[in-house]
Amino acid sequence: MSEIQNYTLNFGPQHPAAHGVLRLVLELDGEVIQRADPHVGLLHRGTEKLAESRIYNQSIGYMDRLDYVSMMCNEHAYCMTIEKLLDIEVPERAQYIRVMFDEITRILNHLMWLGTHALDVGAMTMFLYCFREREDLMDAYEAVSGARMHASYYRPGGVYRDLPDSMPQYEASQWHNQKEVNELNKNRQGSLLDFLKDFTSRFETYVDEYEILLTENRIWKQRTVDIGCLTEQQAKDLSMTGPMLRASGVAWDLRKMEPYEVYDKLDFDIPVGTNGDCYDRYVVRMEEMRQSNRIISQCIEWLQNNPGPVMHEDHKLTIPERMDMKQDMEGLIHHFKHFTEGYMVPEGEAYCGVEHPKGEFGTYIVSDGANKPYRLKIRAPGFAHLSAMDFLVKGHMLADVVTVIGTLDIVFGEIDR
Amino acid sequence: MSQYYSELSEKVTAKLAPIEAISATVAHGELTIEVSKENLIAVCEILKDDSELAFDTVVDVCGVDYSSYGVATNSGDSKSSAAKKIPSRYASVCHLLSVTNNHRIRLRTWLDNDFPVVDSIVGLWGGANWFEREAFDMLGILYSGHPDLRRILTDYGFIGHPLRKDFPLVGQVEMRYDANKQRVVYEPVTLEERVNIPRVIVADNRYAERELAARAQEAAEAQEASVQKESGDKA
Repeated sequence: MSEIQNYTLNFGPQHPAAHGVLRLVLELDGEVIQRADPHVGLLHRGTEKLAESRIYNQSIGYMDRLDYVSMMCNEHAYCMTIEKLLDIEVPERAQYIRVMFDEITRILNHLMWLGTHALDVGAMTMFLYCFREREDLMDAYEAVSGARMHASYYRPGGVYRDLPDSMPQYEASQWHNQKEVNELNKNRQGSLLDFLKDFTSRFETYVDEYEILLTENRIWKQRTVDIGCLTEQQAKDLSMTGPMLRASGVAWDLRKMEPYEVYDKLDFDIPVGTNGDCYDRYVVRMEEMRQSNRIISQCIEWLQNNPGPVMHEDHKLTIPERMDMKQDMEGLIHHFKHFTEGYMVPEGEAYCGVEHPKGEFGTYIVSDGANKPYRLKIRAPGFAHLSAMDFLVKGHMLADVVTVIGTLDIVFGEIDR
Repeated sequence: MSQYYSELSEKVTAKLAPIEAISATVAHGELTIEVSKENLIAVCEILKDDSELAFDTVVDVCGVDYSSYGVATNSGDSKSSAAKKIPSRYASVCHLLSVTNNHRIRLRTWLDNDFPVVDSIVGLWGGANWFEREAFDMLGILYSGHPDLRRILTDYGFIGHPLRKDFPLVGQVEMRYDANKQRVVYEPVTLEERVNIPRVIVADNRYAERELAARAQEAAEAQEASVQKESGDKA
């Protein structure tokens, strides 16, 4: 009888289900995975090294490009760490704006995850639905920062500017006549907050639509239930955070456990799974979208009634108003100093983590008192999650690898940094 | 917050006292302890297994190269007063989290200047595996006992450790496709490093005042606490 040996399969880095540039070396016994060895780093850009040679505010833009589907949450962790070192308070309105955009980002991220995860498993329609809603949220990003993705909107000390009073409009073109355009612009007549309010009122129904397609779907369940199980103990040991940990039954959420900004004033729940398999993680993330929607509507309510400053007042640290810069000598000096030298951060070290859509995203900054960070370490949730790949797929079929990659919600911008 | 961490700091110091006298500091509501590299594993075992501490998750492991700490263009060659506190070039910094008890700790281990090696904590927390590989890749810190200490983020066949302070920002080699040789070739880098904004350290009196105020407040709190304790003892 001929001897059957294990063989090695190379998966990616140009595989559509590899979510970017993952290269997986799989050792197979028939169709069963014996060992998975992810090779990462194909998107390594040296963000940490670059940040060491730039003044603090110049690196905010790099943060967007880490996890490029949840941009503002990355900025948030970075800005919060600097604020911790500087020991400054952020105005309350800016805190609400940040929380609102963190939750918008969470929905953006989860929609992206849901679309691609379902696409990988074989449900094409989800992808189209999810991208329809992402469009509205991208427009909110655009209205507030001018960019649809890489916003660089948060600043240490607040946010770059207050929410706009008008929304960008569609214009008639050879593909859309004036009548169609008027229809498209219907909910864009008011301010950004009105637009988002309209979105939050619609979004609950959209999530219902996704759930009709997937939650009780037999194929979806056959592909996800009991795949990639993690017990509570294993999840903690493997440094899981965010939905990966919550699906295993641990009610751990930084928004509740270490409330930052104004999360302690808002009303929302933390969904928790029981089995810790791919299906539970799906259910947890779906519920998180509904909760984010709740948080956004509470923020809108508050923001509509409470105008105020959105930036810390000490202009030694933040950019002065444009008019101050033009008319006031001190304003001009602050502006000049800010852009030619930056601000010094007192000596010390700090770590600050936020509840990023994927898990705990944190930055660790060591400062020696200079205008540039001495060392910046980015703690990316995806990096820890992907390291559990070998553990998760061992003993599963080849087709389940794709499901597990989907459920890990990995984005290579943050893993490779 | 910092009240809680001051108490935790005392607790940790007391529990680790049989192994070694650690130095613990609380700053910005975070607890940092410094452990000698010989005792790292013993310390970690206590941090993990003690039910009051129960650090069950490793959040992050990273290396830091302190060789140019406190050096800025405006300070000439002399290092600032800050740099004098640095005992050696490399440190391995590990952030631990207790999901059960909701608290965090930072462990710093100072390593040798020319051969930075430290025990791996993968045996205690499996999640540390890739973080240690990354620290090895980026700074050349060796983790003894690590099951699979390969490079992780850099290219196959990469030479050097990019996050060391003596590694140039532009790198050492660049690659291009050579049409004659029909393959990719590596050549010494031609980019020039450009510094638009120099690195400066300026003493800022506002922070000094703030620090003094914080210290005074801490001292007052400590005194108050001890007074309360004394009166409690007397009662």
